[in-house]
Amino acid sequence: METLKIIGAIITLIGSIFLFLGALGLLRMPDVYTRIQAGTKASTLGTILSLLGIGMIIPGWYGKIIILIVFVLLTNPVSSHVLARAAHYIGIPLSDKTIVDKLEVVEKLKVDKLKEESPELKTISNFSPQNK
Amino acid sequence: MNKFKNFIIIFFILFVVWMLLNNSYTSVIIISGLIVSFVVAAVFCSNCNVFTELKLTPKSILYSFVYIVVFLKELVKSNLDVAFRVISPSLPINPGIVEVKTKLKSKMGRLILADTITLTPGTFTVDIHEETLYIHWIDVKSDDINKATKEIVSKFEKYLEVIYG
Repeated sequence: METLKIIGAIITLIGSIFLFLGALGLLRMPDVYTRIQAGTKASTLGTILSLLGIGMIIPGWYGKIIILIVFVLLTNPVSSHVLARAAHYIGIPLSDKTIVDKLEVVEKLKVDKLKEESPELKTISNFSPQNK
Repeated sequence: MNKFKNFIIIFFILFVVWMLLNNSYTSVIIISGLIVSFVVAAVFCSNCNVFTELKLTPKSILYSFVYIVVFLKELVKSNLDVAFRVISPSLPINPGIVEVKTKLKSKMGRLILADTITLTPGTFTVDIHEETLYIHWIDVKSDDINKATKEIVSKFEKYLEVIYG
């Protein structure tokens, strides 16, 4: 029983190291997209390991911990995708190190087409900060 | 038939969540869980089609388990990879947004593929247009569509093709 608790504590510690590296990544990365990479990746394993460690210390919680892990795995990619999608759509620039951006061309075509179709959008875009 | 399949899967998921939350196996808990999940599934899933495209053959069930193992392996690899990039002093990143194609037809299959790509080594999905996925790659090895597809998508696609078609 004691050994299980010690193993659980060690696993939780490893998880918290991953969470710390995720936070460090947020500070070190140059632009929004690479920050999302660090924030999503390192924190997934960190959260899973922390929860598994807690499950080893208190075995009665294992059912709830499995539900929490599934919830994290389902919601984490969706939220990071939505953040990146919105950031790219409003035109937050990528860092200088970036090599290719295939999405930019497609998106520009789409926005131009939308503007042609509806005159209201044209007037709205005149008020956007880039045009001032 | 499809309606019945959706109903059974929703019922099963609700019942498993109920049992995990309660963490006890007395007959009162099991019977009330069965009744409540039956009613909820019957009322709220009279015409839902979330799982219509899921195939329920022995091969697809076996592939689902293999897929989970492959996914967990890639998840650990991805976390170690990003952690290594964060702590190395020179910050070895080489980012870019590349285009890849998928062969999957079903919406659910594409959703799971996009989610899996987000959780695996150095890649995450920025946008989907029909069968084209736009992926932010932290270490771009090739901006050619075919090479990028082979590098990122293929290893998951072969399992998802069997499970979702």
